[in-house]
Amino acid sequence: MPSPWLRIRDEFPILHQEVNGHPLVYLDNAATTQKPRAVMAALDRFYERDNANVHRGLHALSMRATDAYEGARSRVATFVNAEAPEEIVFTRGTTESINLVASSWGGANLRKGDVILLTEMEHHSNLVPWQLVAQRTGATLRYLPVTGDDGLLDLSQLDRVLTPEVRVFAFTHVSNTLGTINPVADLCARARRVGAVTVIDAAQSIGHMPVDVRAIGCDFLAFSGHKMASVTGIGALYGRKALLDAMPPWQGGGGMISNVDFFESRWKPTPERFEAGTPNFGDAVALGAACDFLDTLGREEIRRHDGALARLAYERLSALPGIRVLGPKGERGGLVSFAFESLHAHDVVTFADEDGIALRGGHHCNQPLMRRLGLTSTARASFYVYNEEREVDALVASLRRTLKFFGLQG
Amino acid sequence: MSAELSDLYQQVILDHNRRPRNRGRLPTANRSAHGDNPSCGDQCDVFLRLEGDRIAEISFEGSGCAISQASASLMTTQLKGKTSAEAQKLFKEFHEIVTTGKEPEVISDLAAFAGVHAFPARIKCATLSWHAALNALRGDTVAATTESHKD
Repeated sequence: MPSPWLRIRDEFPILHQEVNGHPLVYLDNAATTQKPRAVMAALDRFYERDNANVHRGLHALSMRATDAYEGARSRVATFVNAEAPEEIVFTRGTTESINLVASSWGGANLRKGDVILLTEMEHHSNLVPWQLVAQRTGATLRYLPVTGDDGLLDLSQLDRVLTPEVRVFAFTHVSNTLGTINPVADLCARARRVGAVTVIDAAQSIGHMPVDVRAIGCDFLAFSGHKMASVTGIGALYGRKALLDAMPPWQGGGGMISNVDFFESRWKPTPERFEAGTPNFGDAVALGAACDFLDTLGREEIRRHDGALARLAYERLSALPGIRVLGPKGERGGLVSFAFESLHAHDVVTFADEDGIALRGGHHCNQPLMRRLGLTSTARASFYVYNEEREVDALVASLRRTLKFFGLQG
Repeated sequence: MSAELSDLYQQVILDHNRRPRNRGRLPTANRSAHGDNPSCGDQCDVFLRLEGDRIAEISFEGSGCAISQASASLMTTQLKGKTSAEAQKLFKEFHEIVTTGKEPEVISDLAAFAGVHAFPARIKCATLSWHAALNALRGDTVAATTESHKD
């Protein structure tokens, strides 16, 4: 059988277009990835054949839709190597998953004197939900620092901040600004020693490398479908069953109750307890299809492919005048962000777009980290399975033209 | 380079970006206001010394793209010596220029920003400092934010 990598760009129709008169170079994958034909076909198939509301349905379509939805849950469970499908709660994405944990687990377990430990590289989605629950419960926030431009967690500080008052330690697997791959299994092991619950933001790792919740040893793991070749509006929370079972609901409605009376109700077990209302079963099917697609490519191979492009970009960008390239020099996730001394990221992005290159510029929902590094914004190039070395060349050539225009060629 | 992009990055804008006028805190200021553009993290502080209703001195501090920095710089040169009613009127003209691309009847450096209208995402970059300046004139203490305005 020929390698599925050979004609990979054919799987993504959107790539075959011109932008501003140039072939599209899509390097904004950390924001959202493009979708392969297989995923879009799964979505079409579901709506053309099987669509009906799930659960409690006694007719054929509803039973088929329920099977498709629960099949997707099983598929996601095996994708992250959960022990059981019940450990997967479908959500709108990473942000909702983290809000669910912060609100439900945090609301029930945190109180004054407790500490929520985060890191300085967290995305706003793994920061603001904890600020909200801290305000609600009287718990306090504490941060594990980053080392600086090389973008590593300062593990020499871990003993100082990971004390017995820490009830929960939430951190990202791969930084969306720095590209750092954090030692998540070690961090979970250290957290367990002080009895802290661990929450991992896997938004930037889930589609790019093997993610095995049992090997990592985390209690919760949150991710989004649209950053792993699936569609927007669907994501998941993995939670260890014992923890999920002990958590109160966070939203009320149909589908999550076992019995409702006028004055009180009883809850279904996990995962339904956390899926009030009609769930997003159509997109869940697309998420399952994305799991198949990525496993066909091989997640170890994806890690090598994206990491190699990011390291190449890191090297080539570092040669440009007046540039600051962030994050670790060696092993990194599939993204690179950079800032020029005398050129703002938005100007960089506007000029790249002129050459058909899609970059992202701004604070990347990382404002506290940006301030810590003395930056207000960076431009970011992020890679996925369909990107090629020639696209790194195109980026570097475009940046050189921009620098020349602004009289900054050095 | 496309006509749109060269219209956006005109010489006047590049010049003000490279050599911003009236940049830095104004020690004699009796009014100031802060502006935020939450969608991109740009920030701008505008300092005024008002004599009666007239802007005797004006300066800005901030960080942002070439468009936002040039706009703030050019604004300070335009607002110096103006009354608050005149400043409001100038902003109306400027807003018209950046949102429609229509050049003003009276010849003005502000016309350099006509190219912004082809890049709707950048309109907020151009107007941030103006919002901060008008807030300072009104004596508003709440930070201006591009999110509370249409542009």
